[in-house]
Amino acid sequence: MKVNRQGKLRLQKWFTSMSDREKKKIIRDMTTMVLARQARSCNFLQWKDLKIIYKRYASLYFCLAVESQENELLALEIIHRYVELLDKYFGNVCELDIIFNFEKAYFILDEFLMGGEIQETSKQIVNRSIEASDMLQELGGYAAGCPSLSPPRSL
Amino acid sequence: MPAPIRLRELIRTIRTARTQAEEREMIQKECAAIRSSFREEDNTYRCRNVAKLLYMHMLGYPAHFGQLECLKLIASQKFTDKRIGYLGAMLLLDERQDVHLLMTNCIKNDLNHSTQYVQGLALCTLGCMGSSEMCRDLAGEVEKLLKTSNSYLRKKAALCAVHVIRKVPELMEMFLPATKNLLSEKNHGVLHTSVVLLTEMCERSPDMLAHFRKLVPQLVRILKNLIMSGYSPEHDVSGISDPFLQVRILRLLRILGKGDDDSSEAMNDILAQVATNTETSKNVGNAILYETVLTIMDIKSESGLRVLAINILGRFLLNNDKNIRYVALTSLLKTVQTDHNAVQRHRSTIVDCLKDLDVSIKRRAMELSFALVNGNNIRGMMKELLYFLDSCDPEFKADCASGVFLAAEKYAPSKRWHIDTIMRVLTTAGSYVRDDSVPNLIQLITNSVEMHAYTVQRLYKALLDDISQQPLVQVASWCIGEYGDLLVSGQCEEEEPIQVTEDEVLDVLEGLLVSNLSTPVTRGYALTAIMKLSTRFTSVNRIKKVVSIYGSSIDVELQQRAVEYNALFKKYDHMRPALLERMPIMEKTASNGPTEIVQTNGETEPSVVEAKHPPPVTQPTNQANDLLDLLGGNDVVPVIQNTVSTKPASAGGELLDLLGDLSLSGGTSPAPAPSVPTSQPSFFLDGLTSQPLFNDIAAAGIPPMTAYNKNGLKIDFTFERANPNPNIAVITIHASNSTEADMTDFVFQAAVPKTFQLQLLSPSSNVVPALNQGTVTQVIRVLNPQKQQLRMRIKLTYTHKGSAVQDLAEVNNFPPQSWQ
Repeated sequence: MKVNRQGKLRLQKWFTSMSDREKKKIIRDMTTMVLARQARSCNFLQWKDLKIIYKRYASLYFCLAVESQENELLALEIIHRYVELLDKYFGNVCELDIIFNFEKAYFILDEFLMGGEIQETSKQIVNRSIEASDMLQELGGYAAGCPSLSPPRSL
Repeated sequence: MPAPIRLRELIRTIRTARTQAEEREMIQKECAAIRSSFREEDNTYRCRNVAKLLYMHMLGYPAHFGQLECLKLIASQKFTDKRIGYLGAMLLLDERQDVHLLMTNCIKNDLNHSTQYVQGLALCTLGCMGSSEMCRDLAGEVEKLLKTSNSYLRKKAALCAVHVIRKVPELMEMFLPATKNLLSEKNHGVLHTSVVLLTEMCERSPDMLAHFRKLVPQLVRILKNLIMSGYSPEHDVSGISDPFLQVRILRLLRILGKGDDDSSEAMNDILAQVATNTETSKNVGNAILYETVLTIMDIKSESGLRVLAINILGRFLLNNDKNIRYVALTSLLKTVQTDHNAVQRHRSTIVDCLKDLDVSIKRRAMELSFALVNGNNIRGMMKELLYFLDSCDPEFKADCASGVFLAAEKYAPSKRWHIDTIMRVLTTAGSYVRDDSVPNLIQLITNSVEMHAYTVQRLYKALLDDISQQPLVQVASWCIGEYGDLLVSGQCEEEEPIQVTEDEVLDVLEGLLVSNLSTPVTRGYALTAIMKLSTRFTSVNRIKKVVSIYGSSIDVELQQRAVEYNALFKKYDHMRPALLERMPIMEKTASNGPTEIVQTNGETEPSVVEAKHPPPVTQPTNQANDLLDLLGGNDVVPVIQNTVSTKPASAGGELLDLLGDLSLSGGTSPAPAPSVPTSQPSFFLDGLTSQPLFNDIAAAGIPPMTAYNKNGLKIDFTFERANPNPNIAVITIHASNSTEADMTDFVFQAAVPKTFQLQLLSPSSNVVPALNQGTVTQVIRVLNPQKQQLRMRIKLTYTHKGSAVQDLAEVNNFPPQSWQ
């Protein structure tokens, strides 16, 4: 989950099934708690039976909610790796990039994590996959090899 | 119809909105446009519209009307459509919506697509939000892809399998063959996801766990290669090669090695290697070390390795990074039970963490400090903990106070230290202590007889300073009531005695009664204390005046007490000294606190009072059957006790025990198994109802006796002779309760030797009120035709302060006149 300093949500990814209302409540609670933290406190919070690990990068807070047996220090590394991936893709990423290209942020996340676990530990491979998928999209993406009948529309 | 606006355009527009209302308006307009576009079944722009919908969904607006459109996008042949469609499915759909099942066929087709990126999309979606039905249908496809040589797909299939297993655990077996050569992959992505898959399977099934144990050597080898191999640009993080994979392998090793000697042995070397060789300057290295420590502590590692692990944690504690300190404290808390001595070495560092600014760290440090307290370090630790209690946030105070009490109870080096400590807690954090701390402290004070003067003096001084902390005030007033004579007499061995007059003491207590800060409970304490002083002080008139004033108090409790005390002054003055005399030492009943023996090594001779385990509350049993069983079918009927209580008389069960005891006891006691009357004998007098309160003593010249006096419960017997039949002794029992809590469900039972006959009439009530405010009376009629010496076994059961108490006693000291 990525939240900016005013509490606006920029990205959310759920790996367990919950009703919309529950999701909204959780987001609200987490946001309030994380934004209330002082500058120099440690990056881990206990909330109900979950641990929340958060890290602030410029104007965005990246938060992960994990089960209690997870390694918190590694979770910080996961957050950092994701930020690095975004940085590489967008070139010096800033919040605006993520706002206007939110679907790309999701695609990158989906190449890095799946079902809550890391699927690829190599930065290069993740980047290459994203680039290849983008290329496929650019080319009109008739994956079965049919010629495109009209030029691809951009989103 | 003009082309719908572009996504970026929409985003830009929405961001220009200056108020929430403006934004809402824009969004509603756009949603309407999107909806009509959907209705037109426009294929070209569907993708764009759904993307816009997803953006609005992220802002918090409803987007459910786009769900079906996502499905249409997924079914499209264009890659762009599929990409957005699957994203939409993951964001808008989950197993709660019925429509999601429609995806199943699309996903199935896409799993077999010729383009790996499409397959990837399908796997990703299934692995993130697949419901159990979908998983069941598609597990076969996933399993097929798990065996492919395409590493891009293989890793995704592995994680998808993890999700399938989480949703449908029964399908785990299906994936077993495919796991055979997962670990021989070179590709790190596949390795990582395979380890995750294996971990998931081992966690869920002990059979799998046993099966995969043989992989330990292979895992150790992979880990070794990771550490030993040189710089690998692809997987490097701050100089460490693929820390994510290292951590996952360590975790799997932990699961495999737990409880298994051989596996643990195979891991010892590599764990030592990781622990010593990993760079600790960056967070990454510490993450790996952390996982290593967790693994070492969980498996059956050799002691040298465990010490190494704890030392690593000790180093973490000194690290500047708060996160690392937090993590160290958490792990130490987990290990303190098993490796207590090793953790003790880091005690001073842990105690320093109490002063940290961070709330999470402080809490962990507090918990750990309490776990580390033992008989040797109690004085030092307590100093630190009390200092912490002074300065910590209110959210900590309650837990800290409870912890201090527990620790003090367990390890107090002397009674004086214990009392001082508790007083310190009450003065600093008095409003946060638990409710049962007051009776516990009182019990502690009564037990330390030689400290009474010291205690009451200190409490008095504390009262002079501050009367706002209720627990402290309550304890203080109780003590002053009990030991007021010591206070004014000015004897105190432990410290400088203070000169206090009776009037000053009464001033303080009266002050409590009128103060706005005092709660009703406190006022009750104060009034009772004043009353008790009437036997210890000489200025009785002042006390009488106070008591009579409160006879018309608005507070019902105070009023009742005052009225009864008044009555005590007026009608029953002869009873007053006896009622108000010093309380006996209370035995510690098993409460919420520790039930171990109180260790008091040190100055005072401990009067070790073992915690009594109250027997479980007995179930009402069928009287007649039990007794009949015991007596082997003798033609007897148990004593029918006409009880007042609504509970079916559990007399049967107890009487059974009673009789059992009697039969087992050897020595001089007469033969057991009392015979009991079969019906209501006609010679019992009518109209002999329960005796009134404060019965006149010494009717018929037989002196009364105290049959039982223990735990604050006193039972007196008074005697009368029933007129028509001189063989019948009528005994009235008076049960009184000098503790400060009522005794409820009070049941008195008696058994007599065979040659006697016994009848119990109904008791006046089954609640013995506290502080001698009243008594329960019950009449026993004993027929003693053979004029034998009267002996009786009595059994008392009652509930006191929430716990059930049961006691047996033998009464042998009947005055001769009662049975001659």
